[in-house]
Amino acid sequence: MKKELLKFLLFSVLMLLVPLALHGSYLMNVLVFVGIHTMLAVALNLLLGYAGQISLGHAGFFGLGAYLSAILTTTFGFNPWLVMPLAAVVVGLIAFLVGFPILKLKGHYLAMATLGLGVIIYIIINETVDYTGGPSGLSGIPNLAVGTFVFNSDIRNYYLIWTAALAVILLAVNLTNSRVGRALRAIHDSEVAARVMGVNARLLKVQIFALSAIVSALAGSLYAHTMTFVSPASFGFNFSVELLTMVVIGGLGSIYGSFLGAALLTLLPEFLRSAQDFDIIIYGGVLMLMVMFMPGGLVRGVPELLKKMLGNRGGVGNA
Amino acid sequence: MHFRAIVFFIASVILLINSPVFAAAPIKIGALFAVTGPAAFLGEPERNTAQMVVEEINKAGGVKGHKIELIVYDTTGDATKAVQLANKLIKNDKVVAIIGPSTTGETMAVIPVVEKEQIPLISCSAGSKITEPVKKWVFKTAQNDALAVGRIFDQLRKQKLTKVAILTVSDGFGSSGREQLKAQAAKYGITIVFDDTYGPRDTDMTAQLTKIRNSPAQVIICWGTNPGPAVIAKNARQLGVKTPLYMSHGVSSKKFIDLAGDSAEGIRLPSGKVLVADLLPASDNQRKSLLVFIKDYQRQFKAEGDHFGGHAWDAVMLLKNAIEHGGDSPASIRDQLEKTTKFHGIGGTFTYSAHDHAGLGQDAFVLVEVRNKDWAIVK
Repeated sequence: MKKELLKFLLFSVLMLLVPLALHGSYLMNVLVFVGIHTMLAVALNLLLGYAGQISLGHAGFFGLGAYLSAILTTTFGFNPWLVMPLAAVVVGLIAFLVGFPILKLKGHYLAMATLGLGVIIYIIINETVDYTGGPSGLSGIPNLAVGTFVFNSDIRNYYLIWTAALAVILLAVNLTNSRVGRALRAIHDSEVAARVMGVNARLLKVQIFALSAIVSALAGSLYAHTMTFVSPASFGFNFSVELLTMVVIGGLGSIYGSFLGAALLTLLPEFLRSAQDFDIIIYGGVLMLMVMFMPGGLVRGVPELLKKMLGNRGGVGNA
Repeated sequence: MHFRAIVFFIASVILLINSPVFAAAPIKIGALFAVTGPAAFLGEPERNTAQMVVEEINKAGGVKGHKIELIVYDTTGDATKAVQLANKLIKNDKVVAIIGPSTTGETMAVIPVVEKEQIPLISCSAGSKITEPVKKWVFKTAQNDALAVGRIFDQLRKQKLTKVAILTVSDGFGSSGREQLKAQAAKYGITIVFDDTYGPRDTDMTAQLTKIRNSPAQVIICWGTNPGPAVIAKNARQLGVKTPLYMSHGVSSKKFIDLAGDSAEGIRLPSGKVLVADLLPASDNQRKSLLVFIKDYQRQFKAEGDHFGGHAWDAVMLLKNAIEHGGDSPASIRDQLEKTTKFHGIGGTFTYSAHDHAGLGQDAFVLVEVRNKDWAIVK
């Protein structure tokens, strides 16, 4: 446990120091999104990596959080800080209620059901034009503020988002190292065995689903207030798949892996931008190679690769 | 294991691609287009055109002796990406102005960024709310939906038709059109007797059309971009619907006629003049610009220049004029843009002012009809 805490502190210090190197660069803006994506990937990883339950509808929860915050603060003039927990609770409740029937399903059927859920949420957002502004989106969402201090620049948003992201990571690390975390992993390996050992598998699965949705909704609220604009296209099926890719590429069942996955999938397109029209091909190729050669994700694959390379150097180094 | 060799190779390729092109203090202009993704039909001709025009300007000696450097990024039609890339253009590439984005959603997302950083933006998307209310740093070249709606309603009033059925696509383009159709109907004494939507990827609209057939509608107005409207045209023909069909300017390209085939005959739509440039009278002010654009585009890309590309053509030329009249600082470009009067472009004749950053009048649109698989102007 001490080791985990040390790791977390090290990671926090690292993330809080990054702006010193990149201050003023547009990458600060990209890193804000890395933070949001990290929250989402960690949330999905709790469900997929630990409890072994797939979800293709997480973009929906993300979108619900974003739109609840956007509509309540912009159209109805509520205080953003009040709306955020409210949105999280509402989305959590929805997830809790739908979770019972949906999480009875397994494998492909669960994937289908969560996919359906995501699509339904997307359609609702897209079609209730009077409230959501429909496909052309909702603009003029206020920035978050404490007194007269407004979170309206990249650097301020960076610290805002990363404070939240680090809190989510700490929560996830603690959770997975607790009795609940072990119960989740037991469900992952064998639900029957877990139930025999006295784990209330059905309830626990729904609870973790709801928690995952709550974190996603929180990320959504923060997204809405940093972007100050939301449109349904950001919360479609594609984004659910992207989140899934982040979790898998980063490493299933590893919290820091989720960060790596989120960082890679968000930053890689930026670095490939200079390759012009070929960026998509290179991007796809990189992802394919990673899945082929690092099936355990970045968090396990990279140390292995380093070991191999260092071993190689030791052998050929003197030649 | 040749890892190091591979890593070295990749690194050198990236360095090679990244190496800057040396030129004497070029003026940097950024562009955000949805070159890939669902809005690629907008982004691709826009990028092609922008690059073509900039190349021609540079070949002719640039603007006031400076070459223009155009930096194009692909937003894939995603608002989040558009915001990131706008930041990149401003903070990394230090551009003096930005052209695009291609869709209304992306433009609305980018507006807070350019307003804060004080960089002029010339959007290539149509949504009315981009320039209403007027934002200090934001202009646009695409014709407002309001003008297209007005053009259709004008014709209906002439023919004394008052009962209208509207069928709009459930995306940004369609919902903006629907809003305008409903808002302007009363002004022209028109009642909307039927109002329904369809999904952008729907492949059968007989359900909606059957309902319309049973309604008292005298005219059907469909608001969408390819391929939906072509499906509606075909379905209407199959069902034997005799009610006249109007489309939006979203399908004003040859592609629509190709997709709808025989069913397109007799369909009317408001369109930018680029579609019928050769049919325009010689007295038309835009004729010269239009013919140049069409000829250049044909030569360069072996394809028909459409009005989407035209939005980018207008944006680049407006910027060029602004820089010619003033300096190349963002503030000066903005001020000069606002002073633009009677610029005869592809989308229409632009006159910007402090109260109007859209710059076009109803004359930007002509009403065209499909006759013998080609366009004809409705008098």
